[in-house]
Amino acid sequence: MRTARRRASALAAALGTALAGALVLGCTRRGALDPAGIQAERLAHLWWWFFWITAVVYVVVLVLALVPALARRRRLAAPPTSAAEPLAGAPVLPREPERERRLVRVVTAGGLVTGAVLVALLIASVHGGSAVSSAAFVESPLDVEIVGHQWWWEITYPNTDQPWKAATTANELHVPVGRMVRLKLQSNDVIHSFWVPRLHGKMDLIPGRTTWHWFRADRAGHFAGQCAEFCGLQHAHMGLVLVADPPAAFDAWLDAQRLPAAAPANAAELRGKQVFEHSSCVLCHSVRGTIAGARNAPDLTHLASRGTIAAATLPNSSGHLASWVRDSQNVKPGNAMPPNPLHEEDLQALVAYLGSLR
Amino acid sequence: MEPRRTFLDVAALPKHAFGSRDLLWWGNAGFMAIEGTMFAMLLATLFYLRSVGGEWPPSPWMPPDLLWGTLNTAVMLASIWPSKKAEKAAHALDAHAMRYWMVIADLFGVLFLVLRGFELAHLNVRWDSNAYGSIVWLVLGFHTTHLATDAVESWVLTRELFKKTDARRFVDVAEDCGYWDFVVLVWVPLYVVVYLLPRWS
Amino acid sequence: MTGGGSASEPAPAVARREAPILPEADERARLERAWSVHGALAWLRDVDHKHIGRRYVVTAFVWFALAGAAALLMRLQLMRPEGKVVGPDLYDQLFTMHGTSMMFLFAVPVMGGMGIYLVPLMVGTRNVAFPRLNALGYYLFLIAGLMLWGSFFVGMGPDAGWFAYVPLSTAFSPGKRVDLWAQLISLTEISALIVAVEIIVTAFKQRAPGMTLDRMPLFVWAQVVTQFMVIFAMPAVMLGTTFIALDRLVATQLFNYTEGGDALLWQHLFWFFGHPEVYIIFIPALGFVSSIVAASTRRPVFGYPAMVASLVATGFVAFGLWVHHMFTTGLPQLGESFFTAASMIISIPTGVQIFCWLATIWTGRLVLRVPMLYVFGFFSTFVIGGLTGVILASVPIDTQVHDTFFVVAHLHYVLIGGAIFPLLGAVVHWFPKMTGRMTSERLGRWSFAFVFTGFHLTFFPMHLLGLYGMPRRVYTYLPQRGWGDLNFLSTVGSWVLGVGVLLFVVNALWSMFAGARAGADPWAADTLEWATESPPPPYGFLHLPIVTGREGLWSPGARSAFVTGLDPDKTELLVTNLLDAEPELRYFVAGPSIAPLFTALSIAFVFATGMFTPWGPVVGMVPLFLSLLGWIVKSEDGERGGERPSTASPPAGDDAAALSAAEAAG
Ligand code: HEA
Ligand code: HEA
Ligand code: CUA
Ligand SMILES: [Cu+2]
Repeated sequence: MRTARRRASALAAALGTALAGALVLGCTRRGALDPAGIQAERLAHLWWWFFWITAVVYVVVLVLALVPALARRRRLAAPPTSAAEPLAGAPVLPREPERERRLVRVVTAGGLVTGAVLVALLIASVHGGSAVSSAAFVESPLDVEIVGHQWWWEITYPNTDQPWKAATTANELHVPVGRMVRLKLQSNDVIHSFWVPRLHGKMDLIPGRTTWHWFRADRAGHFAGQCAEFCGLQHAHMGLVLVADPPAAFDAWLDAQRLPAAAPANAAELRGKQVFEHSSCVLCHSVRGTIAGARNAPDLTHLASRGTIAAATLPNSSGHLASWVRDSQNVKPGNAMPPNPLHEEDLQALVAYLGSLR
Repeated sequence: MEPRRTFLDVAALPKHAFGSRDLLWWGNAGFMAIEGTMFAMLLATLFYLRSVGGEWPPSPWMPPDLLWGTLNTAVMLASIWPSKKAEKAAHALDAHAMRYWMVIADLFGVLFLVLRGFELAHLNVRWDSNAYGSIVWLVLGFHTTHLATDAVESWVLTRELFKKTDARRFVDVAEDCGYWDFVVLVWVPLYVVVYLLPRWS
Repeated sequence: MTGGGSASEPAPAVARREAPILPEADERARLERAWSVHGALAWLRDVDHKHIGRRYVVTAFVWFALAGAAALLMRLQLMRPEGKVVGPDLYDQLFTMHGTSMMFLFAVPVMGGMGIYLVPLMVGTRNVAFPRLNALGYYLFLIAGLMLWGSFFVGMGPDAGWFAYVPLSTAFSPGKRVDLWAQLISLTEISALIVAVEIIVTAFKQRAPGMTLDRMPLFVWAQVVTQFMVIFAMPAVMLGTTFIALDRLVATQLFNYTEGGDALLWQHLFWFFGHPEVYIIFIPALGFVSSIVAASTRRPVFGYPAMVASLVATGFVAFGLWVHHMFTTGLPQLGESFFTAASMIISIPTGVQIFCWLATIWTGRLVLRVPMLYVFGFFSTFVIGGLTGVILASVPIDTQVHDTFFVVAHLHYVLIGGAIFPLLGAVVHWFPKMTGRMTSERLGRWSFAFVFTGFHLTFFPMHLLGLYGMPRRVYTYLPQRGWGDLNFLSTVGSWVLGVGVLLFVVNALWSMFAGARAGADPWAADTLEWATESPPPPYGFLHLPIVTGREGLWSPGARSAFVTGLDPDKTELLVTNLLDAEPELRYFVAGPSIAPLFTALSIAFVFATGMFTPWGPVVGMVPLFLSLLGWIVKSEDGERGGERPSTASPPAGDDAAALSAAEAAG
């Protein structure tokens, strides 16, 4: 029995160490626990409330369970040990009505405390929820429309006065620091879910419905986002980069995005443009200012201004662009873009052209 | 030490009983609960779809023709009468009357299955036209499956009755009639929802 | 209801005797002949609840091993960023097969199987209420599992996740994968519904005399509550999967928003089932815990009325929680808060039960054998999962952690900690009853240590991964996201866990052949199954026991009163009434038959061909009808032997007595 106990404590110690190690790793505040906007901050705040309260509840229950388990006094005096009938003839404890009555009181109290703690948590939850949504009520938010596709994000900055000046981009959402953003979320195919943990919780994009999401970035920087609802083969690579810029930088960026594509500046780029316009690219993509106007795939008008390609999967370099165009199925199996068996020079020219679309 | 043992002699207990004393009644009740839940979920689905869509039925579709549905509802409700009679006869252990009323009930079964065919032909919508059509067809299809199983079950049972009628059969018939009433009565709200609801809204 | 004291007041038709009607050896031999199955295809015709229950459990464990192997593969793939063990297509199949098998082919049927085995013994009867139906349920379950895993091995595994959200699972899943999934879910649910009816009727109508409703063991209460939940929850998912199949096969438009359908309709249908489903898995485990705690603390579980009330309350409230799986779909916030409140309310009955067990342990004398170790594993693990559940129930917090590995952590803490730990304990606890041999205590402790350590290593880090932004159901992730270390830890843990499971299986197999031979009652426990031999004879009990108190075999006067007078040459059960367990009928139940197997095959034919053409089911109706007919006619002829038509006269008063008179006259 003693060796068993020693073994059990060794086990507990090892396990505790490992989990503590995991917690230490966890102390580097990351993701949802490292908020960069007001919504995420209030959510993190609420999270810590819940965490500490439930942690206390857990410790209490664990202690109550383990004390009798480890206390020798509470063991059966001489446990019968025959392998075949380990407990044969073991006595059943006599009833102790007085003690049971006291226990009833203790257990009832436990139930009442549970109820009270839960009421407190409920109030905290509702209150926290309204704190998150009330932050959103502002006069003039920045409106952005997002449409989810298998497996990329179509992002549009509408322009109500001059609709033709709307800017469309993909997979890289720019917002100004300090201004509330209102997202209009829709989906063209299956359900997706928009999530940038450091800014806010997630919101689903559901075909046939429109959902809304409000958030504000309070810090400049690049924040990783990701589709959170399983949406098929490349759900894993349906990433998003959220870029929060100071307002002036954001305005400059948006103005640039509203412009049509830059004209080719040299022979290679010109050849690239011809390759582009004469290949199947134009069946799906658009480059504003050229004949390519399809909207089945990311808008490439300002492709080179983006930091990543393939929905935040690869850095936007000419090497990655080339291998993506040649056979994107190697990179992101299942995505809708077919392989393009181009001649090497054509490919290089095309990549040069794409690289010029700033 | 061997304790003194006493024994409860149950040899004189009966072997069959009507109603909730018999296990068959409980099995039947269990399956009615399951199927009742199915029907309830179907109706919940219908109301849900109606609440997310605009019109019910969406134009230009017309509600189902009233004639056949109403006629069939009347026939079904009327069939409770022979079914109740057969049940009574079973309780009275009157094998002759029981057979007689079961045959009548079976004939009703044929009649409402035929009428159901006319109902389906006059729904004025196809199952693949829209969600409204789909759910209306599903409600009818699901209920028709029940009608058919119930009718077939009763036919088989009636056939058995003409071969031999032991004590067990009285209980079987009583339970069968109870199930029959369930299938008919569950139709009433379905009728309202399929035939009348589209006319109100 | 008869109070404490003496057992059932004898009804007019029953009499007291000092000795059984027949000499024991004679009765034993005749019962043996009546209740066992011989001859050709005996295995396939068997309808003994103990055999069917055991088959459920063993078969479910096979699906568990396969689903666990799939999990190990997934963990290998996620061990490092950009892992190359499997591709996206296979990964999607793996987690779908894992989730589907664990939930539908393992957790629900294994709990049902334990119920089918134990409930009749615990209430002191000889078989379930409808033995052939019971066999049918098992065959459907077996066929569904074989078809699902068979299709996976030929590369046609479903890949839309265990909740198969539309429209991904409808318009955006070409091929037959999802059709297969939808049909097989329906098949397993039919099987679950059959188990539900069997267990409820058995527990309500076949309890031994004296076992009034307020003396029913907590294990049986847990099963009854569970099976009621099955009856009201499973229809929703059967309907839902039928909708998916029809949308895919005959172009109904239920989920197509362009034609008035709606994508969220499926989520409501699925979770209206799906939330109760998790308690359908969890509540039977609470029954295991109660049984193990009582035997291992040498006292009855504290607070019987509170325990029963908690079980029933959980069963009711469980139907009001489903929207907490849909908090990020943009439903109105006020409505969502209602479901937060409901999710919190359900924690109270769970908490009360935990407090009652703790009180039991505090006032008992503990025997720390392997089953009890698993109970401590349950406390220390499940409570974490329950508390993360409370965290998830908060709408705002859930918007952060929904659909991440935080949820994956929660669901394994509650499912494995809350249901599988007690299940493993229960297998050890009842192993001597089922096989007649004890398991090895030493190997059992080792296996517990591995399972427990491996479990926490695997799943604890997932909480953090979720908070750091790792969504679930991703086949890989980029190195710069920084999820590699925790995933590595988790993968190592999964192999430790795998070794633990393997040791458990080895222990069971070894003990089956070489374990110490167990006596009838090795744990000196309280419930009736321990009053008969290990393993029990085909007829369950030589003489049905009479119950003298809530504590079963621990009550004063237990093992001294029995039933006699059931026909030893026929498969007869004693039927008693719902509240007081007063004897009412000697009820004849059907014996062995091949019809259940044929019926199951016909039903499977209907479902399988239905995936390809609507004519399949139409054609399939013929064998289905024939096998059902064979079933009815056969059960009437074969075993009703000798009863001729009665030309009865109208009843005088008691119609049951009149019925018997009619029979005797005939
Ligand atoms: C055995 C199965 C089981 C059990 C018992 C539970 C129990 C609970 N679950 Fe869980 N749950 C699942 C299985 C289970 N769950 C699964 C499989 C999923 C994911 C499905 C999927 O998406 O694939 C899920 C997902 C899930 C979600 C959705 C998460 C999401 O997708 O975003 C939520 C949200 O509310 C939730 C809540 C709860 C709650 C409140 C309980 C409560 O019942 C817990 C109650 C217990 C306790 C609280 C601990 C004991 C109590 C005490 C010791 C008293 C003291 C306590 C306090 C004072 C708080 N669960
Ligand atoms: C009762 C339910 C249950 C159980 C017991 C488990 C057990 C395990 N689960 Fe699972 N899990 C779910 C229910 C369950 N799971 C559900 C519902 C989901 C969601 C699915 C979805 O998203 O659709 C999920 C999802 C899920 C994921 C997330 C996948 C993703 O989102 O990408 C992961 C990842 O690690 C995982 C891991 C594990 C592991 C390592 C075990 C281990 O405990 C397994 C231990 C068992 C073994 C290791 C088997 C050992 C067997 C042998 C050693 C013998 C081998 C012999 C033969 C093959 C003959 N599970
Ligand atoms: Cu889009 Cu996942
Ligand atoms: Cu739930």
